[in-house]
Amino acid sequence: MLVGAVFLWLLVNGAFYYMSRVRPGAFDQRYARHILIGGGIVLPVVVLTVLLVWGLSMLPDPRRPGDGLVVRVTGEQWWWRVEYWPEGADAPVLTANEIRLPVGQRTEIHLTSDKVIHSFWIPALGGKMDMFPGRETMISLLPERPGTYRGQCAEFCGASHAWMAFAAVAMEPADFDRWLASEAADAVPPSTDAAARGARLFRSEGCGACHAVRGTENVGQVGPDLTHVGSRQTLGAGRLKVTIDDLSIWISHTDVLKPEVKMPTYDLEPDQLSDLAAYLEGLK
Amino acid sequence: MTRPSGLPQPEGPYPPTDEMLAEPVPRDVQEAQASRLRAAWETPKGWRYITAVNNTEVGKWYCLTALVFMLLAGVMALIIRLQLAVPENDLVSADRFNQLFTMHGSAMMFLFAVPMFEAVSILLLPGMLGARDMPFPRLSAFGYWCFLIGGVFVIGSIFFDAAPRAGWFMYPPLATKDEGPGSDIWLLGLSFIEVASIAAAVELIVGTLKCRPPGMRVNIMPLYAWYVLVVGGMILFAFPPLIAGDFLFELERSFDWPFFDPTRGGDPMLWQHLFWIFGHPEVYIIFLPSIAIAAMVIPTVARRPIFGYSWIVLSAVGTGFLSFGLWVHHMFTTGLPSISLGFFSAASEAVVIPTGIQIFAFLATLMAGRVKMTLPMLWISGALAIFTMGGLTGVMLALAPFDFQAHDTYFIVAHLHYTLFGGMVFPVIAGVYYFFPFIQKKLMSDRLGKWAFWLTFSGFNLCFLPMHLTGLWGMPRRVYTYPGGLGWDWLNLISTVGAFVMAAGFATFVWDLIRPKHRQAQIPRNPWDGGTLEWTHDVPEEAWGVRSIPHVTTRYPLWDQPDMLTRLDAGRYYLPDAQEGKRETLVTSVIDAEPVQVQRVTGPTWITLWAAAFTGGAFIFPTFSWYTPAIISGALAICCIIWWLWTATAQVPEADSKDAGLGLRLPTYAAGPASVGWWAIWITMLGDATAFASLVFGFFFYWTASPDFPPDGAAHAVPGLIALAALAFAVNWALTVGARQLNRAGRVTPARICLIAAPAVAAAGAAALVGAVIDLEPASHVYPAILWALAIWIAVHSGAGVIMQLYCLAGSLFGKLTPRYDADIWNVSLFWHFVTISALVACAVLGLMPEAL
Repeated sequence: MLVGAVFLWLLVNGAFYYMSRVRPGAFDQRYARHILIGGGIVLPVVVLTVLLVWGLSMLPDPRRPGDGLVVRVTGEQWWWRVEYWPEGADAPVLTANEIRLPVGQRTEIHLTSDKVIHSFWIPALGGKMDMFPGRETMISLLPERPGTYRGQCAEFCGASHAWMAFAAVAMEPADFDRWLASEAADAVPPSTDAAARGARLFRSEGCGACHAVRGTENVGQVGPDLTHVGSRQTLGAGRLKVTIDDLSIWISHTDVLKPEVKMPTYDLEPDQLSDLAAYLEGLK
Repeated sequence: MTRPSGLPQPEGPYPPTDEMLAEPVPRDVQEAQASRLRAAWETPKGWRYITAVNNTEVGKWYCLTALVFMLLAGVMALIIRLQLAVPENDLVSADRFNQLFTMHGSAMMFLFAVPMFEAVSILLLPGMLGARDMPFPRLSAFGYWCFLIGGVFVIGSIFFDAAPRAGWFMYPPLATKDEGPGSDIWLLGLSFIEVASIAAAVELIVGTLKCRPPGMRVNIMPLYAWYVLVVGGMILFAFPPLIAGDFLFELERSFDWPFFDPTRGGDPMLWQHLFWIFGHPEVYIIFLPSIAIAAMVIPTVARRPIFGYSWIVLSAVGTGFLSFGLWVHHMFTTGLPSISLGFFSAASEAVVIPTGIQIFAFLATLMAGRVKMTLPMLWISGALAIFTMGGLTGVMLALAPFDFQAHDTYFIVAHLHYTLFGGMVFPVIAGVYYFFPFIQKKLMSDRLGKWAFWLTFSGFNLCFLPMHLTGLWGMPRRVYTYPGGLGWDWLNLISTVGAFVMAAGFATFVWDLIRPKHRQAQIPRNPWDGGTLEWTHDVPEEAWGVRSIPHVTTRYPLWDQPDMLTRLDAGRYYLPDAQEGKRETLVTSVIDAEPVQVQRVTGPTWITLWAAAFTGGAFIFPTFSWYTPAIISGALAICCIIWWLWTATAQVPEADSKDAGLGLRLPTYAAGPASVGWWAIWITMLGDATAFASLVFGFFFYWTASPDFPPDGAAHAVPGLIALAALAFAVNWALTVGARQLNRAGRVTPARICLIAAPAVAAAGAAALVGAVIDLEPASHVYPAILWALAIWIAVHSGAGVIMQLYCLAGSLFGKLTPRYDADIWNVSLFWHFVTISALVACAVLGLMPEAL
């Protein structure tokens, strides 16, 4: 397509240049008529017909039914609520800001939105599909090679649209099944003293009002589920890495990192911050 | 049957013979005529200059204002580029960035691209048609002042950190739920400007149809006029859906009526449809006038008539039609059924064909002519290079599967700038260089022009060519910053550098345009040796446009009618004089351009300025929820407009007919289809009906798209009152038309009785319609909300119609409207034809649909 485009561009502009600069003199009228009909009608009809047939033959791909697994993604401002519904499941596995898919299988991704329109897009795996409040759209993806890809929101959705991304991880089916099983499990208890202090802070600072950590009394559903946040590739919907340092920076600078985000900035002592970060980082 | 009004018909020889034209005009007669004409057309001096309404003045202001808005929007783009030069930059905040890109797009589209077409056309069209002025000069001035006030208001919001920030297509729910006045400024400010745009379009269409010089049949009018006709028609059908959308949107913002809120039955997709039904034709509304400029420049450069005139006209019309069938390609990723995607893919590809024909016709013209390269032509060549590139990426994007990837990325940003620069900015600049001698008898600098071209051209490509890649590598548009390390860094840096090179090019161009040219030698009258009538103008010395209105028999009269210029200057042709000291232009028939009337056109006035200021108040105050000042302002605007119409339009002339030159006597007054006013109402109402149809479309959209429309157990409009309203509107219509017929038949008293009864009945109808929905809760669900919206629409139109009926009644009582001079009531009954149909459709939807549902 690119080669064709360059060729056509050269053809038209070359002719223009030739006519106006190289040979400005008059040509025969007869040629003029040929150029008008040939260039204006015959050429585009032929090129476009071929292009349309070829192009539209690919149209059905992203709408083919999936092989069983359904991932339901809800766009929030500005993060992704993710539910995995394996075939026959009656309750989903809840997570956020990361999509994992088995390679070699077509997975249906059901999309909706909380408040405003977003658009779901993993450039390396397929096209995009908009996410509407009050409506469900669908795109099915068939990853062919394992790997981690970047996904992001493509429809302008407010102040921090730029920071609404996620990691998309394509895995071998066996690995995927293992991962899904561990993702379905409750959170691991804190394993160090710092993490234990962090877990208490998590409760006392009221984090659980918005965030759920399954297996604890924190059951908030306003923000992302943090049950296995330590095992994710990114923090804050693609904003940072999940390290103790980044977690501390995030908790203390949310409004700088993500303008107008709902999560308030927490003004904690440095050691409190590192405890809290240690707890979250340990939630593998 | 309507009895003829008894006004005289054109009398005398037509077309003029060669002997008549060869007869010289005595010198003293020439001078006396010229001085009277000069006095009638004199441009007001000093601070009264702003009361001018002549197309050359208004056109000039319009162009310069649009240029200033464009430069402001360009500076916003530079800030955007600076912010994106490096990853994670914090030059501007996210909120400020979002305001900037929203305003950049909105201003470029609504304050530059469309108004620029209208500005250039107001400036040039009368010249090309050998007319003295537009048919409604005060309407042009009113439109200009509306544009200025609205534009300053909208663009000024950015300096108060209060600008809209949801992107130039304002998708709900993001834009409806946005806090602060930003969205309201966008909706009301731009609606105000859209109304002015439609007014200008109406005037341009009527000007093209009715103000051509005698003999200029439609098949020999300049291509520019054809494009004006096509684009004017497109504006008429494209803007109303957006205005209807704005109306619903603002009702949701102000009163929480849930048109786009899915939790109460609304649907954000309706806005997307209405917006893009406007938005896609908009692209061609911007693009076609530029092709029109090219169509004027190219024959001059090739020194031969355009090749394939009728091909070009048909293609332009075809492009206009097709452009209304493409809008869904902006919505390929919204999950619409595959069948729609396939259809709109194919339609989007099909539009290439008429576009291609136009470009190849230009190529063929250059081929068959002997090309003399000029500066305007250089810019046209640049336009072609850029536009074909944008066209080719457009062909790719029209394929839905490709669009799934490229949609909403920097690939789109690149594509749209290639089409708009190639299809608008470059041709317009070419037009500025080409038509500059039309404003001042000077040429712009060749050297600076080349510098400007190469800087702009290379800067443009440096800025936008890499963006194709940035987009394909996954960078979405409208991000205020981006993380480093994704391969986008260096591409963005190049783009930023390119943007500044381009800015240097624009600066050079603007300097060349505004630099003082006192010491530069004056140039001859027709510096490019063009063949069309605008080059007969002797500006700026004479404000009268043409000394006398020529009889035109060829497409390039200055090439093919060798004696024309001297005869024209001698006042040998039509309307060489202003005996009564009034401004006049010639009205001709639509197809054959046979002279039918001498039209009095209006002169300098303050009233248009006041009318625009108060109209502005009516639109601007509601953005701050100041409803009382808004209503007062609106009422004052109506008073101004009534005063303006009463004192300056459809005046009873001192004589029924006058000598128009060459032995031809023409009537000085026309009513009904013979008058330009009637045509203007007809065309305006076509646009109005389109807006109404968009609301009805909304009703059916909800019905088909949503399972709970109307919701179970919903209250409906009261059927009895609906029936009453329908009856009242029908009776009102009969009374209005009856008044017109009785008046013309000389039965003035019964006509007046009809004109007293009709407003009462119309008001009763509107009241019944509103009464039928008054118990419904519009904020509870979209079903009662859309019923309310339809009822309000009809009620407001009825209000306007009642004022018009009373205006006619007053006219009848005070001698402005008589059986012989009855243009006003013809226009009013035409208005009511349309409103009655709308009202009956509304009654059917409100009253009958609940049965069908």
